[in-house]
Amino acid sequence: MSPEKPQELKKNGLAIFWEEFSRSNFTVIFLAIFTGIFLGGVLVAATTPEVYDAFKVSFFSGIGKAFTTAINTYGALITGAIGNPQKIQAAFASGDALLIRRAINPFFESLVQTTPYIFAGLSVALGFRVGLFNIGAEGQIYIGALTGVWAGYAIPGLPPIIHIPVAMLCGALGGALWGFVPGLLKAKTGAHEVITTIMMNYIAFRLSDWLLKGPMADPNEVTPKTPWILPSAELPQLFEAPIRFHIGFFIALLVAFLVYLLLFKTTWGMELRMVGSNTNAAQYAGINVTSRTVIAMVLAGGLAGLAGANEVLGINHRLIPAFSSGYGFDSIALALLGKSHPLGVVLSALLFGFLRNGARSMQLTVGVPTDIVSILQALILAFIAAPAIIRTIYRLKTPNQNEDIVSLRSWKG
Amino acid sequence: MAPVLELRGITKRFPGVLANDHINLTVEKGEIHALLGENGAGKTTLMNILYGLYHPDEGEILVNGNITAIKSPIDAIKAGIGMVHQHFMLVPVFTVTENVMLGEEFTKYGGVLDRAKAAQKVQEISDKYNLNIDPNAFIKDMPVGLQQRVEIIKLLFREANILIMDEPTAVLTPQEVIELFKIMQTLIDQGKSIIFITHKLGEVLESAKKITVIRGGKVVGSTDPKTATMNELANMMVGREVSLEVDKEIQKTGEIVLEVRDLKVLDPRGGVAVDEINFEVRAGEVLGIAGVQGNGQTELVRSLTGLLPAIDGTVLLSGQDITHSNPRQITELGTAHIPEDRQKDGLVLGLPISDNLVLNTYYLKPYSNGIWLDQKVIIETGEKLVKSFDIRTPSVFTPASSLSGGNQQKIIVAREFSRPIKLLIASQPTRGLDVGSIEYIHNRLLAKRDEGCAVLLVSTELDEVMQLSDRIAVLYRGKIISILDAKTASKEQLGLLMAGIIGETEKVSR
Repeated sequence: MSPEKPQELKKNGLAIFWEEFSRSNFTVIFLAIFTGIFLGGVLVAATTPEVYDAFKVSFFSGIGKAFTTAINTYGALITGAIGNPQKIQAAFASGDALLIRRAINPFFESLVQTTPYIFAGLSVALGFRVGLFNIGAEGQIYIGALTGVWAGYAIPGLPPIIHIPVAMLCGALGGALWGFVPGLLKAKTGAHEVITTIMMNYIAFRLSDWLLKGPMADPNEVTPKTPWILPSAELPQLFEAPIRFHIGFFIALLVAFLVYLLLFKTTWGMELRMVGSNTNAAQYAGINVTSRTVIAMVLAGGLAGLAGANEVLGINHRLIPAFSSGYGFDSIALALLGKSHPLGVVLSALLFGFLRNGARSMQLTVGVPTDIVSILQALILAFIAAPAIIRTIYRLKTPNQNEDIVSLRSWKG
Repeated sequence: MAPVLELRGITKRFPGVLANDHINLTVEKGEIHALLGENGAGKTTLMNILYGLYHPDEGEILVNGNITAIKSPIDAIKAGIGMVHQHFMLVPVFTVTENVMLGEEFTKYGGVLDRAKAAQKVQEISDKYNLNIDPNAFIKDMPVGLQQRVEIIKLLFREANILIMDEPTAVLTPQEVIELFKIMQTLIDQGKSIIFITHKLGEVLESAKKITVIRGGKVVGSTDPKTATMNELANMMVGREVSLEVDKEIQKTGEIVLEVRDLKVLDPRGGVAVDEINFEVRAGEVLGIAGVQGNGQTELVRSLTGLLPAIDGTVLLSGQDITHSNPRQITELGTAHIPEDRQKDGLVLGLPISDNLVLNTYYLKPYSNGIWLDQKVIIETGEKLVKSFDIRTPSVFTPASSLSGGNQQKIIVAREFSRPIKLLIASQPTRGLDVGSIEYIHNRLLAKRDEGCAVLLVSTELDEVMQLSDRIAVLYRGKIISILDAKTASKEQLGLLMAGIIGETEKVSR
């Protein structure tokens, strides 16, 4: 193309800023979240009977009521997620330690919810980087929780400094095994990992049901549960009750950093990313694509397994049926939102964790069901997945380069 | 009489780029008008405007003297403008008639396809323009040259008067090119007009009635093919002096570097793609493999570089058996490979240039210590190579995807030539590149030969093979049907061999 750029000279600083801003992915993400929240608000208003009553009075009172309903709902969501500033202030003024802990608990509880999201999100993101669609994070979480909890109660006599890493590692190995099977099937037979990981999920769910009723059941309990893990395997909590915040959050951050180093600073990571973005070129460069596929699935499984182990060792201290409630599936959305980058995963895990925690108290205080958060996540994800919508709504410029970091070779066959 | 097509002051801006700058172009009835320009000169943008895919920011299009708004390809077809794309848009399992009527079906009894009527019209068109096409033949059974004629029939069926042909000769054998020029002549004799887009100078001089050269989005000149010379046109296209002739020193060849014995390779569908071929390449010589695309070149190169397993035969590299070695082992033994499809095989487009420059050496010292990549060294190496190989890029961190084809190819050349090699396998090294880049890559390639490197050049561009090679092997349906000395081989002789016609002399010499 011609090197002349006549019209760029006329632009002032603001216009150039807007152009740069328009083209970056972060804008799309930010606007997707914003639009999702806005539409969520519309939805909340549209499902509240009082709003319709107000519309019967007059149009403006209807709009006003809709607006206040949405604001109140999100207000409750936010205070549920980070705590009520007035309460926090009052608690600190009173100086009562328990009151203070209660007031600041929502914030730390959100971080507790964030932790498994980070692990599971890293699992899916790592898969994406290598061009694999790991739907199996949920199953890998279950297996990680099973192996982690087993190591927690069945290995006595270890000091915490050894027992905790051993139990976490067992969780990772369990998840890794659950990732290894689809990886091997893909490499050896070409079986599509989307199908096989979904199958592995069901095997994991039923396997855990059986183990909880049979071999791993606590004989002193009527309902299916495992025994309590030994105190030496519990991830230390940093505050007293009711705050459940434990060191798992920092382990998650550390693991995110390690995944970052692996992907972007090591030869292995370079190979994985090459396989992920261009299989043909990776072969040309002499990389064994088959083995890298297996390794990637093992690592992804291991990361999801850590999510499971983290939950049982840090929060529940035993394994009960249906404990994960969709962390693995949410993490697919989360990894997309975070553009499959460890930092992006941490940030979107924080968003998801805060939303999830805030939703509970929102349901209690204003009576809006927690499902609204699922709708919010779905809307945000839809806008991320189809950036054209956001670009059209906000009249953004089309990006100047390939915006898809995530290229799913598996979709193409 | 008004010209059949006139473009006045066509201007098209893309963010930061002026793709077309007040282009004026006049096409008279019954002329072949060649549009010549390097890649990125704005030819494609201009034709896309004419075909209704882009809208010009300024300027107007006149068809038969009337201002015509062309907002979509449908408008273009209505105005009598048709386009033969470089990549054919045909359904292989349909017959000629079915392909032609697709989108403009004749029907009877209110909805039933009337193939007979359409076939009759196809036959009429074929007869009128001497196209020699059977309306009931299946596309999949036809050679490329005939498929192209079906594309032309598609336009004539829709009563196009102005035919845009985008690089029509790229996929043809020399004989088929001659046939195509005959057909083009018939078309203009019958009153059609043709816009012929190409970068092959010889063909332009041979066929066109008028030549317009575009550079940097502007018309830089119009000439008459009767008076213009190849060098003049090349200089006009590039905007500086270009030497079309490659100076090649006579060189003494050394020992055998690559030896291929009875090599047999299957294509992915299980057909025999490379059929027991034998050849050797010596140090300091270029062995050119000529042939029409799809005669086993891809499989041959993939097999030699370890990407496709051979089912029979042996490949020796300096006496060492590499028949079943993997790509990394072959690379480490000193083989460089310029792959046929640079975007598919040669580059990871999403990764920065610096990473692409160490795509097959990243795991070696000094780029890594086995575990950790040394980004500093990788970036320094990248900057050094960008400079010495003249890769035009804002920085080494730019993803390879945002560079032009020529600069992408330079990344590959830089990567492969900057490490010690004794064998260079170059497959279509200049495909889709502009004259300037072609000149550059040819010179680099010959420099390697002069250094004593054995070069296997696989190209479907006969001119390229003839210019660069010391010996020329012709590949036809997976077999090498002849190996000729480049000094004595003629274009006609090679053209016949490429079409599978073995003359008496060759038969005897084998």
